[in-house]
Amino acid sequence: MKQLVILSGKGGTGKTTVAAALAHLASQEIPIILADADVDAANLELVLSPTKLEEYDFIGGQVAIIDPEKCIACGICAEVCRFNAPHPLPSAPPFPSPTGKGRGGMGGEGEVYTIDPIACEGCASCFYQCPEEAIRMEEQLAGRWFRSDTRFGPLFHAHLFAAQENSGKLVTLVKQQARLLALDAGAELLIVDGPPGIGCPVISASAGADLALLVTEPTVSGVHDLERVLATTDHFGVPALVCINKYDVNPIRAREIAAFCADRGIEVVGQIPFDTVVTEAMVQGLPVTDFSDGAVSRELRQVWARVRGRLNQ
Amino acid sequence: MIITVASGKGGTGKTTVAVSLALSLADRCLFLVDCDVEEPNAALFLKPVFEQREEVGILIPEVDFSKCTYCGRCAEVCQYHAIAVVAQKVLIFPELCHGCGSCTLNCPEGAIHEVLNVTGVIEMGHAGPIAFGQGVMNVGQAMAVPIIRQLKKKAIPPDTSQQVVILDASPGTSCPVVESMRGADFVLLVTEPTPFGLHDLRLAVEVARDELGLPVGVVINRDGVGDRGVEEYCTAEDIPILMHIPLDRRIAEAYSEGVPLVEALPEYRARIRELYQRIEREGTR
Repeated sequence: MKQLVILSGKGGTGKTTVAAALAHLASQEIPIILADADVDAANLELVLSPTKLEEYDFIGGQVAIIDPEKCIACGICAEVCRFNAPHPLPSAPPFPSPTGKGRGGMGGEGEVYTIDPIACEGCASCFYQCPEEAIRMEEQLAGRWFRSDTRFGPLFHAHLFAAQENSGKLVTLVKQQARLLALDAGAELLIVDGPPGIGCPVISASAGADLALLVTEPTVSGVHDLERVLATTDHFGVPALVCINKYDVNPIRAREIAAFCADRGIEVVGQIPFDTVVTEAMVQGLPVTDFSDGAVSRELRQVWARVRGRLNQ
Repeated sequence: MIITVASGKGGTGKTTVAVSLALSLADRCLFLVDCDVEEPNAALFLKPVFEQREEVGILIPEVDFSKCTYCGRCAEVCQYHAIAVVAQKVLIFPELCHGCGSCTLNCPEGAIHEVLNVTGVIEMGHAGPIAFGQGVMNVGQAMAVPIIRQLKKKAIPPDTSQQVVILDASPGTSCPVVESMRGADFVLLVTEPTPFGLHDLRLAVEVARDELGLPVGVVINRDGVGDRGVEEYCTAEDIPILMHIPLDRRIAEAYSEGVPLVEALPEYRARIRELYQRIEREGTR
C-alpha cells in the first residue's frame, strides 16, 4: 500500500481539486482510501458527497479550570502562566465603581481568577503551583472524526472545533485510521489531502508518505511557498513531484518553476490551465474530472498517469 | 485600531487585501504585520527594507547534571512528554516542548534552567511610511504560535488608538489563526463565492465572532464565479459584506508578479479607503 500526500505550502492553489480528481481517476483503476488531513478547513467532503458511516469524538488537549470557591486570588497562576491565560475576575456581584465606569471593585476582597480556555495550552503549570489546590485539569472535546463512504472509496475526515489546538494530533489520528483500513481492506493507495503551510499539521500529514504531490501556482507567492514546502518534504525525506495549477495566468513564471524543478531533479507532472470549470464542478459537488472532459481534466489524467508511474517504480 | 485579515480557506486574497489596505492608508501611522509565519508572503509585495532581525523560539529545559537526582518529577509534570527520565539519563525533546516552564518550577533540586531553542526569526523594517514586521518559521519546525506571539509583542505598538495595525493571518482556523486574531479590534474575512470559500468562512466566523467575540466583516473576492452561497449566508447571519472584488485577469496577473492591487489598478485605492471607513464604522458599532 502506497501513501500519497498532496501539499502546497500556499493555500488555495488547488490541493483539494487535485485530490478529488485523483480520487476519481485512481478509483477507476485500483482500490483506494482517502483521508482529508486539512482538519481545520476540511473541503474534500464537499466534492465527494460522502455518506457518514461512523462518527467519533476527538479529545484534544486539556485546559485548566479554577474553582472559584477555593481561589484566594493570590495570583500565582497568572505569574507562572506563560500563555497569559489566568485573569482576575471580580466574584459576583462586583462592587460598583465610584465613576460608574469599568468593572469596579477590582483588587478587593472577593476577587477570584479565571482561565481563558482559548489561551490555555494545558501545560498544568498553574495546577502544580496553586497553593490552594483550586485548579483542576479537564480534557476538552476538541473535534469529531468520521469514517464515510464515497463513490471512490472510504473517506476518513474530521472537524476540529473552532479555536481548538492539536490539529496535528487529529491529523495523525485520521491518517492512522485510514491506514489501518487500507491495510485491512487491501487498498493499494491512500490519498491524503494535506493542509496549507509547513507546520505541525503538514508534518503529521506527510509522516509515512511514499510520495508528495506539491500543487503550486505561477505567482511570486506560489514559488516562494513551494520552495519552503519542498524544503519541508526534503527535511522529512519524502520524495516530491510538482503540479503547476493555473499555469497560463503567468506562463513565464510557470516556465521558471519548471526550470527550478528541473534543476532540483523534480518532475513536473502537469500544468493545468485556469478554467472556471473547476469552480463549476465544485458548485455541483463533483471532482472536475467527473464533471468535464475539457483541458483541465485531460491534464489531470496526465497527472494521475505520471503519479501512478512514479508510485509503481 | 488592530485589524486582522483572515479567511479560513487559503488563497482567497488575504495578502492582497492586507497589502492594499496598508498602501492606501499610508498617510496614517501604520503597521503591517505578516502573521503567516509558515508561508509569509506580504514582503513579496511590499518589498520592505529590514532593519532588525531577531532569532526567536521557545525556552526549553536544560539540566544541570551535577544537581539532578533523576527523581523524574520533571517528566511527571510535563504534559507534552517533552522530557523523559530513563535510568540515569534525562532526555529532552525540543520539538514537543511548549516552553511552559513547569519542569523548571517543579524540579525539587533546582537543576533545570531554560535556554532558547530557536524556531524562527522575526524581521522588522519599513516599506516607505509603513512599519513592517514578519515572522519566518524555520523549515521542519511544527509550532507557529510562539513565533506569532513574539512577533505581535514586538511589532504592535502598545497604544493603537491612533494608529492602524493590520495583521495578515495564515489560512485555516486553528491555533495560529486564533493567535493572529486575539487582541484585534476587527476581523476582516476575505472569501470567494464558492462552496469551499463558504464552508471555511463559516468556520472562520465561528472562531472570530463566536469564540473570540470580535466584530467581523467580509470581502468577497473573485466575485462573478461560483454561486450565491456566501451572500446568502452573510445576509442570514447579519455579517456585513464590506467589499466585492471581481474576478479579473488583470488582478491575477499583477498578483502573480508581486505587484500590489492598488499599484496595478490605482482605481482600487479609493475603494480600499472606503473599505477601511466601513471597517471603522463596523468596528465601533
